[in-house]
Amino acid sequence: MKIGILEIQGDIEEHYKATKAAINKLNIEGEVKLVKKQKDIEELDGLIIPGGESTVIGTILKQRGLLDLIKAKYEKGLCVWGTCAGLIVMAKKTYDRVVGEKPQPLLEILDVTVERNAYGRQNESFESDLSIPALGNRPFHAVFIRSPVIKKVGENVEVLAYLNDQPVAVQQGNALATTFHPELTYDTRFHEYFIKLCLKSK
Amino acid sequence: MISLILDEIQQKYSFRRKLPDLEITLGSTIVKRGFAHMTKHGVIMDVTNVEQAQIAEEAGAVAVMVLDKLPYDVRKQGGVARTASLKIIEDVMDHITIPVMAKCRIGHTYEARILEAIGVDMIDESEVLTPADELRHIWKWDFKTPFVNGARNLGEALRRIEEGAAMIRTKGEAGTGNVAEAIRHMRLMNNAISHVKAIYESGDMQELIRYARKLKANYKLLEEVGRIGRLPVVNFAAGGIATPADAAMMMNLGADGVFVGSGIFKSEDPLERAKAIVLAVTYHDDPEIVAEAQKMIDERKSMIGMDIKTLELRMQERGAHT
Repeated sequence: MKIGILEIQGDIEEHYKATKAAINKLNIEGEVKLVKKQKDIEELDGLIIPGGESTVIGTILKQRGLLDLIKAKYEKGLCVWGTCAGLIVMAKKTYDRVVGEKPQPLLEILDVTVERNAYGRQNESFESDLSIPALGNRPFHAVFIRSPVIKKVGENVEVLAYLNDQPVAVQQGNALATTFHPELTYDTRFHEYFIKLCLKSK
Repeated sequence: MISLILDEIQQKYSFRRKLPDLEITLGSTIVKRGFAHMTKHGVIMDVTNVEQAQIAEEAGAVAVMVLDKLPYDVRKQGGVARTASLKIIEDVMDHITIPVMAKCRIGHTYEARILEAIGVDMIDESEVLTPADELRHIWKWDFKTPFVNGARNLGEALRRIEEGAAMIRTKGEAGTGNVAEAIRHMRLMNNAISHVKAIYESGDMQELIRYARKLKANYKLLEEVGRIGRLPVVNFAAGGIATPADAAMMMNLGADGVFVGSGIFKSEDPLERAKAIVLAVTYHDDPEIVAEAQKMIDERKSMIGMDIKTLELRMQERGAHT
Protein backbone atom coordinates (compact mmCIF):
# COMPACT_ATOMS: atom_id res chain seq x y z
CA MET A 1 0.00 0.00 0.00
CA LYS A 2 1.23 3.45 -0.92
CA ILE A 3 0.28 6.64 0.87
CA GLY A 4 1.35 9.97 -0.60
CA ILE A 5 1.78 13.22 1.29
CA LEU A 6 1.13 16.13 -1.06
CA GLU A 7 4.47 17.97 -1.08
CA ILE A 8 3.42 21.41 -2.23
CA GLN A 9 3.17 23.56 0.86
CA GLY A 10 2.45 23.18 4.57
CA ASP A 11 3.39 20.79 7.37
CA ILE A 12 4.42 17.98 5.02
CA GLU A 13 7.13 16.38 7.19
CA GLU A 14 4.82 16.19 10.22
CA HIS A 15 2.29 14.15 8.21
CA TYR A 16 5.10 12.01 6.83
CA LYS A 17 6.35 11.14 10.33
CA ALA A 18 2.86 10.57 11.73
CA THR A 19 1.88 8.31 8.81
CA LYS A 20 5.07 6.25 9.18
CA ALA A 21 4.42 5.92 12.92
CA ALA A 22 0.83 4.85 12.25
CA ILE A 23 1.96 2.18 9.75
CA ASN A 24 4.39 0.82 12.33
CA LYS A 25 1.71 0.81 14.97
CA LEU A 26 -0.70 -1.10 12.74
CA ASN A 27 2.14 -3.45 11.91
CA ILE A 28 1.37 -3.55 8.18
CA GLU A 29 3.39 -3.26 4.99
CA GLY A 30 3.15 0.23 3.63
CA GLU A 31 5.13 2.93 1.92
CA VAL A 32 4.88 6.68 2.54
CA LYS A 33 5.99 9.03 -0.25
CA LEU A 34 6.18 12.77 -0.70
CA VAL A 35 4.39 13.55 -3.97
CA LYS A 36 4.16 16.64 -6.16
CA LYS A 37 4.31 15.33 -9.73
CA GLN A 38 1.70 13.65 -11.90
CA LYS A 39 3.52 10.33 -12.17
CA ASP A 40 3.88 10.06 -8.38
CA ILE A 41 0.16 10.53 -7.82
CA GLU A 42 -0.82 7.89 -10.41
CA GLU A 43 0.35 5.01 -8.24
CA LEU A 44 -1.14 5.94 -4.85
CA ASP A 45 -3.80 4.26 -2.70
CA GLY A 46 -4.15 7.23 -0.39
CA LEU A 47 -3.29 10.93 -0.54
CA ILE A 48 -2.94 13.30 2.41
CA ILE A 49 -3.24 17.04 1.80
CA PRO A 50 -1.46 18.78 4.70
CA GLY A 51 -2.27 21.93 6.57
CA GLY A 52 -0.90 25.17 5.16
CA GLU A 53 -2.50 27.82 3.02
CA SER A 54 -5.29 26.56 0.76
CA THR A 55 -4.74 29.36 -1.76
CA VAL A 56 -1.11 28.30 -2.27
CA ILE A 57 -1.83 24.56 -2.48
CA GLY A 58 -4.78 25.07 -4.85
CA THR A 59 -2.92 27.49 -7.12
CA ILE A 60 0.01 25.12 -7.63
CA LEU A 61 -2.23 22.06 -8.01
CA LYS A 62 -4.02 23.83 -10.84
CA GLN A 63 -0.88 25.21 -12.45
CA ARG A 64 0.81 21.78 -12.54
CA GLY A 65 -2.27 19.96 -13.86
CA LEU A 66 -2.69 18.02 -10.60
CA LEU A 67 -6.17 19.27 -9.73
CA ASP A 68 -7.97 17.30 -12.46
CA LEU A 69 -5.70 14.29 -11.97
CA ILE A 70 -6.47 13.97 -8.25
CA LYS A 71 -10.17 14.50 -8.94
CA ALA A 72 -10.16 11.71 -11.54
CA LYS A 73 -8.17 9.40 -9.26
CA TYR A 74 -10.62 10.09 -6.43
CA GLU A 75 -13.53 9.10 -8.68
CA LYS A 76 -11.71 5.80 -9.29
CA GLY A 77 -11.23 5.02 -5.61
CA LEU A 78 -8.23 7.00 -4.33
CA CYS A 79 -8.68 7.84 -0.66
CA VAL A 80 -8.03 11.50 0.16
CA TRP A 81 -7.62 13.11 3.58
CA GLY A 82 -7.27 16.85 4.02
CA THR A 83 -6.32 18.60 7.27
CA CYS A 84 -7.34 22.24 7.65
CA ALA A 85 -6.11 23.81 4.37
CA GLY A 86 -6.39 20.31 2.86
CA LEU A 87 -10.07 20.22 3.83
CA ILE A 88 -10.61 23.60 2.17
CA VAL A 89 -8.95 22.38 -1.04
CA MET A 90 -11.28 19.32 -1.05
CA ALA A 91 -14.46 21.33 -0.44
CA LYS A 92 -17.22 22.12 -2.96
CA LYS A 93 -17.54 25.68 -1.74
CA THR A 94 -15.59 28.11 0.44
CA TYR A 95 -15.72 31.70 1.59
CA ASP A 96 -13.69 33.77 4.04
CA ARG A 97 -15.20 35.10 7.27
CA VAL A 98 -13.95 38.65 6.67
CA VAL A 99 -13.18 38.91 2.95
CA GLY A 100 -16.23 36.89 1.79
CA GLU A 101 -16.39 34.86 -1.41
CA LYS A 102 -13.16 34.81 -3.33
CA PRO A 103 -12.52 32.41 -6.19
CA GLN A 104 -9.75 29.88 -5.48
CA PRO A 105 -8.87 26.58 -7.21
CA LEU A 106 -10.51 23.64 -5.40
CA LEU A 107 -10.84 19.88 -5.93
CA GLU A 108 -14.57 20.10 -5.18
CA ILE A 109 -14.75 16.43 -4.15
CA LEU A 110 -16.23 16.88 -0.66
CA ASP A 111 -19.82 18.04 -0.41
CA VAL A 112 -19.37 20.71 2.27
CA THR A 113 -19.40 24.48 2.51
CA VAL A 114 -16.45 25.81 4.47
CA GLU A 115 -15.93 29.16 6.13
CA ARG A 116 -12.24 30.05 6.16
CA ASN A 117 -10.57 31.56 9.23
CA ALA A 118 -13.90 31.09 10.95
CA TYR A 119 -12.71 31.37 14.57
CA GLY A 120 -10.69 34.48 13.78
CA ARG A 121 -7.00 35.17 13.29
CA GLN A 122 -4.01 33.35 14.86
CA ASN A 123 -4.70 34.78 18.35
CA GLU A 124 -7.92 32.72 18.31
CA SER A 125 -6.12 29.48 17.40
CA PHE A 126 -6.53 26.90 20.17
CA GLU A 127 -6.18 23.33 21.38
CA SER A 128 -8.90 21.24 22.98
CA ASP A 129 -9.96 17.66 23.73
CA LEU A 130 -12.49 16.19 21.32
CA SER A 131 -14.74 13.20 21.55
CA ILE A 132 -14.39 11.14 18.34
CA PRO A 133 -16.41 7.92 18.73
CA ALA A 134 -14.86 6.39 15.58
CA LEU A 135 -11.44 6.49 17.31
CA GLY A 136 -12.61 4.98 20.59
CA ASN A 137 -13.43 6.36 24.03
CA ARG A 138 -10.19 8.15 24.80
CA PRO A 139 -10.53 11.88 23.94
CA PHE A 140 -8.49 13.12 20.97
CA HIS A 141 -6.38 16.19 21.60
CA ALA A 142 -6.97 18.50 18.64
CA VAL A 143 -5.04 21.59 17.54
CA PHE A 144 -6.93 24.23 15.57
CA ILE A 145 -4.80 26.81 13.72
CA ARG A 146 -6.59 29.66 11.95
CA SER A 147 -9.01 26.88 11.39
CA PRO A 148 -12.00 26.80 9.05
CA VAL A 149 -15.48 25.74 10.14
CA ILE A 150 -17.70 23.37 8.20
CA LYS A 151 -20.93 25.31 7.79
CA LYS A 152 -22.98 22.93 5.65
CA VAL A 153 -22.68 19.21 4.92
CA GLY A 154 -24.27 17.31 2.02
CA GLU A 155 -26.51 14.30 2.69
CA ASN A 156 -23.77 11.75 1.93
CA VAL A 157 -21.39 13.28 4.42
CA GLU A 158 -21.02 11.64 7.81
CA VAL A 159 -19.90 13.78 10.75
CA LEU A 160 -17.21 12.05 12.87
CA ALA A 161 -16.75 14.80 15.45
CA TYR A 162 -18.28 18.06 16.58
CA LEU A 163 -16.91 21.01 18.51
CA ASN A 164 -19.64 23.19 19.98
CA ASP A 165 -22.22 21.71 17.62
CA GLN A 166 -20.13 22.39 14.51
CA PRO A 167 -18.65 19.51 12.48
CA VAL A 168 -14.83 19.37 12.72
CA ALA A 169 -14.20 15.90 11.24
CA VAL A 170 -16.21 14.48 8.34
CA GLN A 171 -16.17 11.53 5.98
CA GLN A 172 -17.80 10.98 2.61
CA GLY A 173 -16.90 7.55 1.30
CA ASN A 174 -13.17 7.67 0.49
CA ALA A 175 -12.85 11.31 1.42
CA LEU A 176 -11.86 12.26 4.95
CA ALA A 177 -11.42 15.78 6.27
CA THR A 178 -10.57 17.47 9.56
CA THR A 179 -10.48 21.16 10.44
CA PHE A 180 -7.73 20.42 12.98
CA HIS A 181 -4.19 18.98 12.79
CA PRO A 182 -3.65 15.40 14.09
CA GLU A 183 -0.15 15.54 12.54
CA LEU A 184 1.07 18.08 15.11
CA THR A 185 0.59 15.77 18.10
CA TYR A 186 1.90 12.29 18.87
CA ASP A 187 -1.53 10.62 18.81
CA THR A 188 -1.59 8.65 15.53
CA ARG A 189 -5.15 7.32 15.78
CA PHE A 190 -6.47 9.53 12.98
CA HIS A 191 -3.64 8.48 10.68
CA GLU A 192 -4.39 4.85 11.53
CA TYR A 193 -8.05 5.46 10.72
CA PHE A 194 -7.11 6.83 7.29
CA ILE A 195 -4.73 3.95 6.56
CA LYS A 196 -7.49 1.45 7.42
CA LEU A 197 -9.78 3.33 5.04
CA CYS A 198 -7.14 2.99 2.28
CA LEU A 199 -6.77 -0.73 3.02
CA LYS A 200 -10.53 -1.26 2.81
CA SER A 201 -10.91 0.49 -0.54
CA LYS A 202 -7.85 -1.14 -2.09
CA MET B 1 4.64 15.67 15.67
CA ILE B 2 6.52 18.83 16.57
CA SER B 3 9.03 19.66 19.29
CA LEU B 4 7.51 21.10 22.46
CA ILE B 5 10.84 21.73 24.21
CA LEU B 6 10.63 24.45 26.92
CA ASP B 7 6.84 24.15 26.96
CA GLU B 8 7.09 24.39 30.76
CA ILE B 9 7.85 28.11 30.42
CA GLN B 10 4.86 28.67 28.13
CA GLN B 11 2.59 26.79 30.54
CA LYS B 12 2.92 29.67 33.00
CA TYR B 13 1.36 31.98 30.44
CA SER B 14 -1.20 29.80 28.69
CA PHE B 15 -4.49 31.46 27.98
CA ARG B 16 -7.51 29.32 28.84
CA ARG B 17 -11.07 30.05 27.90
CA LYS B 18 -14.30 28.32 28.91
CA LEU B 19 -16.80 27.59 26.16
CA PRO B 20 -20.31 26.26 26.94
CA ASP B 21 -19.29 22.60 27.13
CA LEU B 22 -15.51 22.56 27.05
CA GLU B 23 -12.32 24.43 27.90
CA ILE B 24 -9.90 25.54 25.20
CA THR B 25 -6.29 26.76 25.44
CA LEU B 26 -5.00 29.59 23.28
CA GLY B 27 -1.48 30.89 22.72
CA SER B 28 0.17 27.62 23.80
CA THR B 29 3.46 26.26 22.47
CA ILE B 30 1.82 23.87 20.02
CA VAL B 31 -0.56 26.56 18.76
CA LYS B 32 2.24 29.12 18.28
CA ARG B 33 4.89 26.80 16.82
CA GLY B 34 2.15 24.98 14.91
CA PHE B 35 1.26 28.21 13.10
CA ALA B 36 4.85 28.48 11.90
CA HIS B 37 4.73 24.85 10.73
CA MET B 38 1.76 25.73 8.49
CA THR B 39 3.90 28.26 6.59
CA LYS B 40 6.55 25.66 5.67
CA HIS B 41 7.56 25.31 2.01
CA GLY B 42 6.01 28.72 1.48
CA VAL B 43 7.06 32.25 0.62
CA ILE B 44 6.39 35.15 2.99
CA MET B 45 6.46 38.44 1.12
CA ASP B 46 7.19 41.97 2.39
CA VAL B 47 4.49 44.48 1.42
CA THR B 48 3.81 48.12 2.26
CA ASN B 49 0.16 48.48 1.23
CA VAL B 50 -3.05 46.65 0.26
CA GLU B 51 -2.29 46.61 -3.48
CA GLN B 52 1.02 44.84 -2.92
CA ALA B 53 -0.61 42.45 -0.42
CA GLN B 54 -3.22 41.49 -3.01
CA ILE B 55 -0.52 40.87 -5.62
CA ALA B 56 1.33 38.70 -3.10
CA GLU B 57 -1.80 36.70 -2.29
CA GLU B 58 -2.64 36.21 -5.96
CA ALA B 59 0.92 35.04 -6.65
CA GLY B 60 0.69 32.34 -3.96
CA ALA B 61 2.37 33.92 -0.92
CA VAL B 62 1.80 31.89 2.22
CA ALA B 63 1.68 35.11 4.29
CA VAL B 64 2.58 38.77 3.96
CA MET B 65 4.78 40.94 6.20
CA VAL B 66 3.60 44.54 6.44
CA LEU B 67 6.31 47.20 6.71
CA ASP B 68 6.37 50.96 6.61
CA LYS B 69 9.25 50.87 4.13
CA LEU B 70 10.90 47.98 2.30
CA PRO B 71 14.36 47.20 3.75
CA TYR B 72 16.02 48.69 0.64
CA ASP B 73 14.30 52.03 1.34
CA VAL B 74 15.05 51.84 5.07
CA ARG B 75 18.71 51.61 4.08
CA LYS B 76 18.47 54.51 1.61
CA GLN B 77 16.47 56.90 3.78
CA GLY B 78 18.20 56.29 7.10
CA GLY B 79 16.66 57.72 10.29
CA VAL B 80 14.69 55.62 12.78
CA ALA B 81 12.66 52.78 11.29
CA ARG B 82 9.59 51.85 13.37
CA THR B 83 6.60 49.51 13.12
CA ALA B 84 4.21 50.21 10.21
CA SER B 85 1.03 52.31 10.44
CA LEU B 86 -1.63 50.28 12.21
CA LYS B 87 -4.25 51.55 9.76
CA ILE B 88 -2.34 50.08 6.85
CA ILE B 89 -1.86 46.76 8.67
CA GLU B 90 -5.59 46.60 9.47
CA ASP B 91 -6.46 47.54 5.91
CA VAL B 92 -4.32 44.64 4.65
CA MET B 93 -5.96 42.27 7.18
CA ASP B 94 -9.40 43.26 5.86
CA HIS B 95 -8.53 42.56 2.23
CA ILE B 96 -6.65 39.27 2.07
CA THR B 97 -7.35 35.79 3.43
CA ILE B 98 -3.76 34.67 4.12
CA PRO B 99 -1.92 35.45 7.39
CA VAL B 100 -0.65 38.97 7.98
CA MET B 101 2.58 39.54 9.90
CA ALA B 102 4.21 42.79 10.97
CA LYS B 103 7.57 43.89 12.31
CA CYS B 104 8.39 45.56 15.60
CA ARG B 105 11.71 46.92 16.85
CA ILE B 106 14.05 44.64 18.78
CA GLY B 107 13.21 44.90 22.49
CA HIS B 108 10.20 47.16 21.91
CA THR B 109 7.64 45.25 23.96
CA TYR B 110 4.99 47.88 23.45
CA GLU B 111 5.14 47.97 19.67
CA ALA B 112 4.64 44.23 19.93
CA ARG B 113 1.72 44.65 22.35
CA ILE B 114 -0.15 46.91 19.94
CA LEU B 115 0.47 44.51 17.06
CA GLU B 116 -0.94 41.74 19.24
CA ALA B 117 -3.90 43.96 20.16
CA ILE B 118 -4.91 44.55 16.52
CA GLY B 119 -4.53 40.82 15.86
CA VAL B 120 -1.62 40.32 13.46
CA ASP B 121 -0.91 36.62 12.98
CA MET B 122 2.81 36.74 13.75
CA ILE B 123 5.23 39.41 14.97
CA ASP B 124 8.72 39.73 13.53
CA GLU B 125 11.07 41.25 16.12
CA SER B 126 13.30 42.54 13.40
CA GLU B 127 16.76 43.95 12.93
CA VAL B 128 15.47 45.77 9.82
CA LEU B 129 13.91 48.30 12.19
CA THR B 130 16.01 50.41 14.57
CA PRO B 131 16.60 48.47 17.81
CA ALA B 132 14.78 49.93 20.83
CA ASP B 133 16.66 48.04 23.54
CA GLU B 134 20.37 47.40 23.18
CA LEU B 135 20.46 44.83 25.98
CA ARG B 136 17.33 42.75 25.71
CA HIS B 137 14.96 41.24 23.21
CA ILE B 138 11.26 40.93 23.98
CA TRP B 139 10.20 38.22 26.45
CA LYS B 140 7.91 36.48 23.98
CA TRP B 141 6.34 33.75 26.11
CA ASP B 142 3.73 36.03 27.64
CA PHE B 143 2.28 36.97 24.24
CA LYS B 144 -0.58 35.09 22.67
CA THR B 145 0.76 36.03 19.23
CA PRO B 146 3.71 33.94 17.97
CA PHE B 147 7.03 35.61 17.13
CA VAL B 148 9.69 35.09 14.50
CA ASN B 149 13.27 36.28 15.11
CA GLY B 150 16.34 36.60 12.93
CA ALA B 151 19.54 34.70 13.72
CA ARG B 152 22.98 34.43 12.13
CA ASN B 153 24.02 31.24 13.84
CA LEU B 154 22.90 28.49 16.19
CA GLY B 155 23.70 30.32 19.42
CA GLU B 156 21.66 33.34 18.43
CA ALA B 157 18.76 31.15 17.27
CA LEU B 158 18.66 29.24 20.58
CA ARG B 159 18.80 32.47 22.61
CA ARG B 160 15.75 33.71 20.71
CA ILE B 161 13.90 30.40 21.17
CA GLU B 162 14.69 30.54 24.90
CA GLU B 163 12.94 33.93 24.96
CA GLY B 164 9.90 32.38 23.30
CA ALA B 165 10.39 32.73 19.53
CA ALA B 166 8.13 30.25 17.69
CA MET B 167 10.08 30.54 14.45
CA ILE B 168 13.58 31.53 13.32
CA ARG B 169 14.84 33.01 10.07
CA THR B 170 18.35 33.73 8.93
CA LYS B 171 19.17 37.42 9.11
CA GLY B 172 21.08 37.57 5.85
CA GLU B 173 21.58 41.22 4.95
CA ALA B 174 18.16 42.72 4.28
CA GLY B 175 17.54 45.18 1.47
CA THR B 176 20.67 44.33 -0.48
CA GLY B 177 19.35 41.91 -3.08
CA ASN B 178 22.47 39.93 -2.22
CA VAL B 179 21.89 36.37 -1.02
CA ALA B 180 25.48 35.78 0.15
CA GLU B 181 24.87 36.53 3.84
CA ALA B 182 21.74 34.37 4.02
CA ILE B 183 23.76 31.51 2.56
CA ARG B 184 26.56 32.13 5.05
CA HIS B 185 24.13 32.14 8.00
CA MET B 186 22.35 28.99 6.84
CA ARG B 187 25.67 27.18 6.42
CA LEU B 188 26.86 28.31 9.87
CA MET B 189 23.62 27.00 11.33
CA ASN B 190 23.83 23.67 9.49
CA ASN B 191 27.46 23.11 10.43
CA ALA B 192 26.80 23.84 14.09
CA ILE B 193 23.78 21.52 14.12
CA SER B 194 25.85 18.66 12.62
CA HIS B 195 28.48 19.28 15.29
CA VAL B 196 25.90 19.20 18.11
CA LYS B 197 24.35 16.05 16.70
CA ALA B 198 27.73 14.33 16.63
CA ILE B 199 28.44 15.28 20.25
CA TYR B 200 24.97 14.18 21.33
CA GLU B 201 25.33 10.83 19.62
CA SER B 202 28.77 10.29 21.14
CA GLY B 203 27.11 10.53 24.55
CA ASP B 204 29.69 13.06 25.82
CA MET B 205 27.29 15.31 27.74
CA GLN B 206 30.12 17.26 29.34
CA GLU B 207 31.24 18.35 25.89
CA LEU B 208 27.66 19.36 25.11
CA ILE B 209 27.63 21.55 28.24
CA ARG B 210 30.94 23.12 27.18
CA TYR B 211 29.51 23.82 23.74
CA ALA B 212 26.32 25.33 25.21
CA ARG B 213 28.49 27.72 27.25
CA LYS B 214 30.49 28.63 24.19
CA LEU B 215 27.32 29.41 22.20
CA LYS B 216 25.74 31.19 25.21
CA ALA B 217 22.80 28.87 24.64
CA ASN B 218 20.33 27.02 26.84
CA TYR B 219 21.58 23.47 27.49
CA LYS B 220 18.15 21.82 27.20
CA LEU B 221 17.61 23.42 23.82
CA LEU B 222 21.03 22.34 22.62
CA GLU B 223 20.34 18.79 23.75
CA GLU B 224 17.07 18.84 21.78
CA VAL B 225 18.96 20.03 18.68
CA GLY B 226 21.32 17.08 19.08
CA ARG B 227 18.44 14.66 19.51
CA ILE B 228 16.34 15.79 16.52
CA GLY B 229 19.18 17.04 14.30
CA ARG B 230 17.59 20.38 13.48
CA LEU B 231 16.26 23.51 15.16
CA PRO B 232 13.24 22.69 17.35
CA VAL B 233 11.22 25.39 15.54
CA VAL B 234 10.65 26.19 11.88
CA ASN B 235 13.66 27.87 10.25
CA PHE B 236 13.21 30.11 7.19
CA ALA B 237 15.77 31.83 4.99
CA ALA B 238 15.67 35.62 4.72
CA GLY B 239 17.77 38.61 3.78
CA GLY B 240 18.79 39.32 0.19
CA ILE B 241 16.69 36.76 -1.71
CA ALA B 242 15.81 38.29 -5.11
CA THR B 243 15.31 35.54 -7.70
CA PRO B 244 13.75 32.05 -8.01
CA ALA B 245 17.25 30.58 -8.11
CA ASP B 246 18.13 32.35 -4.84
CA ALA B 247 15.01 30.89 -3.21
CA ALA B 248 15.68 27.37 -4.51
CA MET B 249 19.28 27.62 -3.32
CA MET B 250 18.12 28.42 0.22
CA MET B 251 15.57 25.60 0.22
CA ASN B 252 18.23 23.15 -0.88
CA LEU B 253 20.40 24.30 2.02
CA GLY B 254 17.64 23.08 4.30
CA ALA B 255 15.48 26.17 4.82
CA ASP B 256 11.86 25.37 5.68
CA GLY B 257 10.67 28.29 3.54
CA VAL B 258 11.74 31.79 2.50
CA PHE B 259 11.01 35.42 3.26
CA VAL B 260 11.38 37.77 0.33
CA GLY B 261 11.75 41.40 1.32
CA SER B 262 12.73 44.04 -1.19
CA GLY B 263 13.36 41.40 -3.87
CA ILE B 264 9.78 41.41 -5.18
CA PHE B 265 8.45 44.94 -4.91
CA LYS B 266 11.78 46.60 -5.68
CA SER B 267 11.90 44.68 -8.95
CA GLU B 268 10.13 45.82 -12.09
CA ASP B 269 8.16 42.59 -12.51
CA PRO B 270 6.66 41.96 -9.05
CA LEU B 271 3.68 39.71 -9.91
CA GLU B 272 5.60 37.44 -12.27
CA ARG B 273 8.57 37.34 -9.92
CA ALA B 274 6.41 36.52 -6.91
CA LYS B 275 4.74 33.66 -8.80
CA ALA B 276 8.11 32.41 -10.02
CA ILE B 277 9.62 32.39 -6.52
CA VAL B 278 6.63 30.44 -5.15
CA LEU B 279 7.05 27.83 -7.89
CA ALA B 280 10.80 27.61 -7.30
CA VAL B 281 10.30 27.04 -3.56
CA THR B 282 7.84 24.17 -4.05
CA TYR B 283 9.94 22.45 -6.72
CA HIS B 284 13.34 23.55 -5.37
CA ASP B 285 14.80 20.05 -5.81
CA ASP B 286 13.95 19.92 -9.53
CA PRO B 287 16.30 22.14 -11.60
CA GLU B 288 14.06 21.91 -14.68
CA ILE B 289 11.09 23.44 -12.89
CA VAL B 290 13.30 26.02 -11.16
CA ALA B 291 14.60 26.94 -14.64
CA GLU B 292 10.99 27.28 -15.77
CA ALA B 293 10.46 29.63 -12.81
CA GLN B 294 13.62 31.57 -13.59
CA LYS B 295 12.36 32.07 -17.18
CA MET B 296 9.29 33.81 -15.80
CA ILE B 297 11.47 36.72 -14.65
CA ASP B 298 13.79 39.07 -16.51
CA GLU B 299 17.19 39.66 -14.89
CA ARG B 300 17.15 43.21 -16.25
CA LYS B 301 14.16 43.81 -13.99
CA SER B 302 15.79 42.47 -10.79
CA MET B 303 16.50 44.98 -8.04
CA ILE B 304 19.98 46.47 -8.11
CA GLY B 305 22.03 44.53 -5.60
CA MET B 306 24.64 45.82 -3.16
CA ASP B 307 28.04 44.47 -2.25
CA ILE B 308 28.03 43.56 1.45
CA LYS B 309 31.63 44.81 1.96
CA THR B 310 30.78 48.41 1.10
CA LEU B 311 27.68 48.69 3.30
CA GLU B 312 27.63 51.44 5.91
CA LEU B 313 24.90 49.72 7.90
CA ARG B 314 25.04 46.00 8.65
CA MET B 315 21.56 45.25 9.97
CA GLN B 316 22.59 41.71 10.91
CA GLU B 317 24.79 43.00 13.76
CA ARG B 318 21.75 44.42 15.54
CA GLY B 319 20.80 42.39 18.61
CA ALA B 320 23.29 39.68 17.66
CA HIS B 321 25.29 39.64 20.87
CA THR B 322 22.53 39.61 23.45
